[in-house]
Amino acid sequence: MDLLRFITAGSVDDGKSTLIGRLLYDSKSIMLDQLEAIEKQTKNKTSGDIDLALLTDGLRAEREQGITIDVAYKYFTTPKRKFIIADAPGHIQYTRNMVTGASNSDLVIILVDARNGVVEQTKRHSLIASLLKIPHVVVAVNKMDLVNYSQDVYNNIVIDFAKLATSIGLKDVNYIPICAINGDNIVEPSINLQWYSGSPLLNYLETIKLEKDINLTEGRFPVQYVIRPQTNELHDYRGYAGKIISGIYKKGEAVTILPAGISTTLSAIEVNGKQVDEAFAPQSGILHLTDDIDVSRGDMIVPTASLPKLSNELEVFLCWMDNKALQPGNKYLLQLNNKIVKAVIKNIEYKLDVNSLEQLALPEKVQLNDIVKASIKTASPVMFDDYAHLRASGSAILIDETSNVTVGACMITNTIAGE
Amino acid sequence: MNNYRLDYLDQLESESIHIFREVAAQFEKPALLFSGGKDSIVLVHLALKAFRPGKLPFPLVHIDTGHNFEEALNFRDALAEKIGEKLIVRKVEDTIQQRALTEPKGKFASRNALQTFTLLDTIEEFEFDACIGGARRDEEKARAKERIFSVRDEFGQWDPKLQRPELWNIYNGKIHKGENVRVFPISNWTELDIWNYIRREKIELPSIYFSHEREVLEHEGQLVATSNFIQIEPGDKISVKRVRYRTVGDMTCTAAVESNASQVEDIIHEIITTKTSERGETRIDDKVSEAAMEDRKKNGYF
Repeated sequence: MDLLRFITAGSVDDGKSTLIGRLLYDSKSIMLDQLEAIEKQTKNKTSGDIDLALLTDGLRAEREQGITIDVAYKYFTTPKRKFIIADAPGHIQYTRNMVTGASNSDLVIILVDARNGVVEQTKRHSLIASLLKIPHVVVAVNKMDLVNYSQDVYNNIVIDFAKLATSIGLKDVNYIPICAINGDNIVEPSINLQWYSGSPLLNYLETIKLEKDINLTEGRFPVQYVIRPQTNELHDYRGYAGKIISGIYKKGEAVTILPAGISTTLSAIEVNGKQVDEAFAPQSGILHLTDDIDVSRGDMIVPTASLPKLSNELEVFLCWMDNKALQPGNKYLLQLNNKIVKAVIKNIEYKLDVNSLEQLALPEKVQLNDIVKASIKTASPVMFDDYAHLRASGSAILIDETSNVTVGACMITNTIAGE
Repeated sequence: MNNYRLDYLDQLESESIHIFREVAAQFEKPALLFSGGKDSIVLVHLALKAFRPGKLPFPLVHIDTGHNFEEALNFRDALAEKIGEKLIVRKVEDTIQQRALTEPKGKFASRNALQTFTLLDTIEEFEFDACIGGARRDEEKARAKERIFSVRDEFGQWDPKLQRPELWNIYNGKIHKGENVRVFPISNWTELDIWNYIRREKIELPSIYFSHEREVLEHEGQLVATSNFIQIEPGDKISVKRVRYRTVGDMTCTAAVESNASQVEDIIHEIITTKTSERGETRIDDKVSEAAMEDRKKNGYF
């Protein structure tokens, strides 16, 4: 059985929470006691039907104010797949949360209200999906009941969105008309949407192919931890523990240790305590090297045939995530996989207006939820790939050295040649 | 399908191993909070996968409320012995004496809240900077919002509105002195995932997870084992039933479920067909209010 992680983008008004509630409810992932708790709350609010949206609001302030503050993770399983939903709020001030939820997602469901079509918010969500390189996109045209299940309305939205998708480079976009509140085309095909010949949403989520989402051609293995038991029987044991973030590693193959650039070969590979001939992403394992080389956390073991870039200058899309504005000239820590280096933001080229998709001239301040194109200089060279090419080794966070808080998310777009 | 696609359990396992190794590498003095329940037993199993053939780079720590099931305590000691790792036990009873705390009263008086005092004292005693716990996001809706690396202030408090963004597979474990981080490597596992994994990996569990006969008191539809820790009054409905435990917490706040499931296979079948959530069916402590868990976490509970 496979695992699909997806994010839903849309505001309460688009019926996002209702859609999630519907998926959980129809896949029988909501239990009786949870339903009773919602019923109780719904009565407290003196409204009518059970409010499936209440399922996703976890904190007291959210329930009281009827808003979603933070990314919540929801889980459901069908006989075909396990699903992890990152439920991120869609309000304008929450770009940060969508970026967070999108960072680990294989797929995004962008909700469009059939009555309103492609609006500013749709653009914002689509742009973030594009920046974060989510491999699969589903545009769920919701509230079809309110436009009399009109095929024309739907087709026009598809045409509009397709233009948007092309302009921002979204890939693998699929369209599904639904009505989340009535369950039309969520699990079962809808009699109201007989003109629609594609599969219902759940069936689509269960069958979309994920095999190609993981890069199996370029090996990347950041060393996390060195295992040295130093016991009598394992006196010479020295294993480099980590997770293969892309590619396939084969016993006996030539590898290079970065950033040092030393060549050696893989003498052994362990996965789950067993010796194996090969291991692949996203397996965790332990690599052994033929030569006695000084390798430590933050280094990378890569097949010599496919080296990543190595540079101390990075071009990035930076999403600012802290309440305090970015301080130009301040030093931050940059964490890329498990390598941490000091970094300074050298230059900010432009700010991306997430609503109009325009590039704005240099802003005075880079503030919470701003997305800017910037160049960063690191204190020592780091190994990386372009984010668009390899998400796992093209992403980094910025940490404020004094508050220790994660203040920025970086998608590396490097065009600068290595030094 | 090619041969290079991992089963979902392997994906979850690899993610958890990755988190364990991040803890070992980023912190000076981590600890694994071990309760004797199935989730923390799976945690230990994953920790061994992350660090063997080396030793675990942290001790197992149990906060013993004094209201535990004997079977769980015996299992705890046997497991620590079998894997040859260090076990630290700190008792709520001792904290109550030392700090002159007031024991809660009532029919099912629970030391659940007092447990937090002992936990915070233990963190201070050993200067633990990271505590690994077996909480899952599917358990409860406040937990659904908590990070995998969850920073707590020097009072152990969780501030849900001031959480660090957690992106990709990058974990920021930087903290100030006095703060600590609670780490949840099985955040993305569900109850069903845990049981499927237990079946696949043939992980041993305390006997109380499987069907057995037990004297229970029926209270508002829940079955609570009779023990010295609860007040039994005349008129209480007490009977012997075939039960098992779906979660293992204190005897005072964990309810049993009627069940004939004596094998892992039967339990998985039960979970797939059940209509009640794990905590809803078996936890008396979550029923107090809609935000019971959120409030406990804000006060330092894990």
